[in-house]
Amino acid sequence: MNSPDKIDVRYVAHLARMHLGDDEVARLQPQLEQIVGYVRQLDELNVDGIEPTAHAIPVQNVFRSDDVRPCLDHDAVMRNAPQAREGQFIVPKIIE
Amino acid sequence: MTTLNQLTVADAAAKLANRECSSEDLVAAVLASIAQHDQQVGAYLTVDAESALAQSRAADAARAGGDIRPLLGIPVGMKDLLNVQGQPCTCASKILKGYVAPYDATAVAKLRAAGAVILGRLNMDEFAMGGSTENSAYQQTRNPWDLSRVPGGSSGGSAAAVAADEALATLGSDTGGSIRQPAGFCGCVGLKPTYGRVSRYGLTAFASSLDQIGPLTKTVRDSALLLGAISGRDPHDSTSLDAPVPDYAALLGGDLKGLRLGLPKEYFIDGLDAEVEAKVRAAVDQCRALGAEIVEISLPHSKYAVAVYYIIATAEASANLARFDGVRYGLRVDGEDPIDQYGKTRAAGFGQEVKRRIILGTYVLSSGYHDAYYLRAQKVRTLIRRDFDTAFEKCDAILTPVAPTAAYQFGEKISDPLKMYLGDIFTIPVNLAGICGVSVPCGFTSEKLPVGLHIVGPALREDVILKIGHAYEQSTPWHKVKPEIRGQKSEVSGQ
Repeated sequence: MNSPDKIDVRYVAHLARMHLGDDEVARLQPQLEQIVGYVRQLDELNVDGIEPTAHAIPVQNVFRSDDVRPCLDHDAVMRNAPQAREGQFIVPKIIE
Repeated sequence: MTTLNQLTVADAAAKLANRECSSEDLVAAVLASIAQHDQQVGAYLTVDAESALAQSRAADAARAGGDIRPLLGIPVGMKDLLNVQGQPCTCASKILKGYVAPYDATAVAKLRAAGAVILGRLNMDEFAMGGSTENSAYQQTRNPWDLSRVPGGSSGGSAAAVAADEALATLGSDTGGSIRQPAGFCGCVGLKPTYGRVSRYGLTAFASSLDQIGPLTKTVRDSALLLGAISGRDPHDSTSLDAPVPDYAALLGGDLKGLRLGLPKEYFIDGLDAEVEAKVRAAVDQCRALGAEIVEISLPHSKYAVAVYYIIATAEASANLARFDGVRYGLRVDGEDPIDQYGKTRAAGFGQEVKRRIILGTYVLSSGYHDAYYLRAQKVRTLIRRDFDTAFEKCDAILTPVAPTAAYQFGEKISDPLKMYLGDIFTIPVNLAGICGVSVPCGFTSEKLPVGLHIVGPALREDVILKIGHAYEQSTPWHKVKPEIRGQKSEVSGQ
């Protein structure tokens, strides 16, 4: 683990599947470290025994009946595809 | 003389009902106003005039056939992250250039069901990330009160259009203040409903535990009318609440006797502009004069809200925006393999602020850091919620400024992300707690820039904050003052 406030921007960008140019890394590095430095103020609070809030309004286990219902129009959805053929999305080859 | 585009929703609905004008007249007046002013204001990304006029003619035909739905024939503009079937939905991002929505968002469908005409796509910060609309990949939106200043954000186009009478009302979305702050900057009414009050189906997700859709309007009554139309449980959004939807507009009226309004002692902070503070304190005095009892309250953890927000919101955004990978929609930049394609597509398609937040959100969720940042932020979020629970034992609603300053100049904060983030210090706690808040005009600075009063209520008590906002608004002149665009001064008198 790195020191807490040193961010390996290239590694994180890889996790986010987003290429960054050298100029972007150079610009983001100090900005992100400034922001992370700011959010570290949360360390001064004692949060032992405090339940985390994932959703502000506690609604749990929302179920619906398992019925067949209409779905989006296939052609309207596929019209947004960058590349498609015969109603399928085309992607680069994954397995040689 | 009041032109049709200057009408409030309530007044336009009355005119339509009395056959004093048609929906086609109304839509034509709005389109004419857009043609006249939007070159300067830049609120709209696209306007499908043909579709709007066709909808208005259908509304007029329905009315001739006896249809009396409350919003029949009323044009409403949409922030560019709400899906409207057959219309573009770019989220002001290059990555969604050319995208055509295959369905209506539930809020849009509900407005249609109430008879509304869906009009135009409004500019915003890319994926709703920002507080000035400067992060749009397409264009600048200028504040109608001073074209050298930002309209606020991220719903900057939605606010500017209402202020410039280029719309009767619009919808926006609010994740950390994105409806209330631009409403404050542009002098209109902006409501962030309780988390779950309005379905988010068809709203492009930014931070799913915080996002809410809400109206931007000229008056509190219009806000109540639109909220009533878009609220309610939706099977398409499991977080939407199964709670009755009151007739909010019918509950307006009366003074503030018997209401206790809390003033958080921590909110009148260093960095709060003196003129903004003076206007908000005068508004508090006015509420007291209307019969409210003012009580001091404490929200001790609110000072941590911005830090909590920029962990939780970015973490959720990093997950939500993973879908933009060039496979199913939007931009694709070819790569050697799928991973390379994602990386190149996202590099080319996202702007700087979006990249910054994706990286930050990915970092706080990454192995070894999750507990230190994300889990800790969620725990502090609990403390912030508890502060409000405790405060609402002492008061019915809370009064604060909407933002620490009035609208600022272009470029003033864009180069310093943290400075921009701190502009949301009064609005963010409301999203974290999942409660409701409304921004209501409360005067002008010496430079004639609008100032907003922020009225915060408990979960599902939109009726209370709207009642307070309405009583305040009706006892003050601010909502009747119109901006001067291109040297044209006009003030609408009376209602």
